[in-house]
Amino acid sequence: MTAATPPAHAHSEAVAIAAERRWVYVVGAIIALLILMMVVTGLHWASMPPSRVETVDVKTLHLKGEFVENNLGTTLGTDGKVTVRLIAQQYAFMPQCIVVPAEMPVTFRGTATDAIHGFVVGTTNANTMLIPGFVATFTTTFKKTGEQLMPCHEYCGTGHEAMWAKVQVLPPQEFLARARSGERLSCVAS
Amino acid sequence: MLLAKKLVLAHFWVAFVAFLGAIVLGEWQMFVRSPLAQWVNNPEHYYRSVTAHGTVMAYVLPTLVAMGFGYAISELALKRPLLGVKWAWLGFWLVVLGTAMAAVTMAMGKASVLYTFYPPMIASPFYYFGVVLVVVGSWVWVALMSVNLHAWKKENPGQTVPLAMFGNVAGAYLWAWTSVGAAVEVIVLILPASLGWTDTINAGLARVFFSWTLHAIVYFWLMPAYIVFYTIVPRAIGGRLYSDTMGRVAFVLFLVFSMPIGIHHLFADPQVGAGFKFVHAAMTAMVSVPTLLTVFTIVASVEIAGRLRGGTGLFGWIRALPWGNPMMLAVTFSFIMLGFGGAGGIINMSYQLNETVHNTQWVTGHFHLIFAGAIVLMYFMAAYELWPQLTGSGPLPQSLIKLQVWLWFIGMMILSMPWHLVGLLGMPRRMAYYDYTHPDIQPQAWTVIASTFGGLLLVISAFILVFILARAHRTPKTAPPPFTFSLEAHPGGRTPALLNGYALWLAMMIGLTLVNYGFPIAQLASLKEASVPVIPIGSR
Ligand SMILES: [Cu+2]
Repeated sequence: MTAATPPAHAHSEAVAIAAERRWVYVVGAIIALLILMMVVTGLHWASMPPSRVETVDVKTLHLKGEFVENNLGTTLGTDGKVTVRLIAQQYAFMPQCIVVPAEMPVTFRGTATDAIHGFVVGTTNANTMLIPGFVATFTTTFKKTGEQLMPCHEYCGTGHEAMWAKVQVLPPQEFLARARSGERLSCVAS
Repeated sequence: MLLAKKLVLAHFWVAFVAFLGAIVLGEWQMFVRSPLAQWVNNPEHYYRSVTAHGTVMAYVLPTLVAMGFGYAISELALKRPLLGVKWAWLGFWLVVLGTAMAAVTMAMGKASVLYTFYPPMIASPFYYFGVVLVVVGSWVWVALMSVNLHAWKKENPGQTVPLAMFGNVAGAYLWAWTSVGAAVEVIVLILPASLGWTDTINAGLARVFFSWTLHAIVYFWLMPAYIVFYTIVPRAIGGRLYSDTMGRVAFVLFLVFSMPIGIHHLFADPQVGAGFKFVHAAMTAMVSVPTLLTVFTIVASVEIAGRLRGGTGLFGWIRALPWGNPMMLAVTFSFIMLGFGGAGGIINMSYQLNETVHNTQWVTGHFHLIFAGAIVLMYFMAAYELWPQLTGSGPLPQSLIKLQVWLWFIGMMILSMPWHLVGLLGMPRRMAYYDYTHPDIQPQAWTVIASTFGGLLLVISAFILVFILARAHRTPKTAPPPFTFSLEAHPGGRTPALLNGYALWLAMMIGLTLVNYGFPIAQLASLKEASVPVIPIGSR
């Protein structure tokens, strides 16, 4: 269109292209850094979202397998590992109150019997979805002792807003004293 | 030259009237869940309202605005009458019929499943048929945009496609492929269950299909706003577009990276493995590139406006900007909200950080800031720009527009910032009410009250918008000045052929989506125990 570009115009265009290029490098560096951070924290601290495609039959959930009633709640295994098993259904968690130790890794294994549910424990990173047909599992460590709220965070029907459980985080010694190996713990001290 | 005035007006009016209804519902929701209302209300009414608010705001408003704005761009940018006006009307009526069908079903309480389709909760089939009609109506628009572009290309061989039309058609193709995920979910999984043909459904697979649509739909919403940023903002504030090429790069990058990232919404889900979660997280980081490029280009274009008005020095150009111009205010507020919302988005997409905020009130705060804040504000500006063309009203009342823009910004900040805060404290979203007497929740009660007041400002702003638009129809008719798009700072540059068409980008879009979704879908579809009993909503 323009027969000859005036020199001043050509100069400003060169400046513009250089500025643009600098910005592209900055953007590229930011993105590369973000991805690097995800890789390093994922590999180094094994900090990863819950991630095993593990199915479970909803129709026999209450009748057999690891999610039968007397297997729900917190157990201290013979190998010293703490496992919490729980079930979500409209509109309650089973159990409604969970006891866990502070400063020890705790593995959660949960599923849902009907709709999709989910939970987050207070201000911690314990946060997962419970999808019928699948077992959600993740391991976390609680830093502070005390009681935390555990609401269902996925809309699961009209009673969703009433679906709250509690998590009691005990000092490790107190937890170990109460947990005789293999037995379930309850929020009410026996 | 804008001939299809009635068509464009019809789209914008239905969009904004539905928007007005939905925003009132939103404010009612904020009120009934706050300590200002009686503690006990009917939760079912709340979820019914959330379903309606979400369905209108997420599907009806952006789809109609993109369609109406798209038809206007086609005529204004290509400078030729729209081809297929009759088809366009058919598409419009399909959207209206679908909206009405879904609305009646929702109002009757037979579709309180929220607007995110997460089985095994299943609504009445009429709700899904309504949503399908909205989507099919919008596919007519996709086809027409493609047809109009090709007709123009035939008439103008070798010419550069105007940037506004380039972005518009990119948005149309993006939407066509985005909507496939939810369409498959609804047609293959949900409708058979909703019609009672099957009594089980693969809930995990349904969520994966929905995630295909759920994140990319945001970029479909965003396209009209970005078209305004690139092709209207510089002109409206007396500047020049810094780089036409950057605009094209941004639009095609959205095409490529919008779809293969949706699984980052499922980080906390058990049915997707860690590998694909990581791949989607990395891809999500890539989709921030077009926005970061846009921030640079638009700020540079604004700087040109400041310098053309005599501003000098490192910051002097900022003072010289036309701050009394509503578009200047709107683009500033939009960028502030995009900044906060974008930073929140990077937290959401992060493989690890997401665990803290997943499904809390933070997420609601994030997408209100990005969509209702940064994007919908630019929808308003698109309407204000087109209105004198559409109605022959002459200039619109600038001070009233400024008031509307200010209220929208302040209201949105007051609404969404407290949500971010309590989200970090673990407050779950989508709750009909909280027990404010609980000692852990009581200190958070003020945030729900604050959001109620923020919402009130938004309602007032929305009514002012509709008042300004309605009043323009009643002013004496004047011939509108010719509509122009932004001029380039360095015109006459050559557009690379790759950035004047879509072939490569569409191939990458489809290829990357299939690579990133193929295996998880195949794996989930073959799991026997994943099919679980359906839960019908409402009495049927
Ligand atoms: Cu629940």
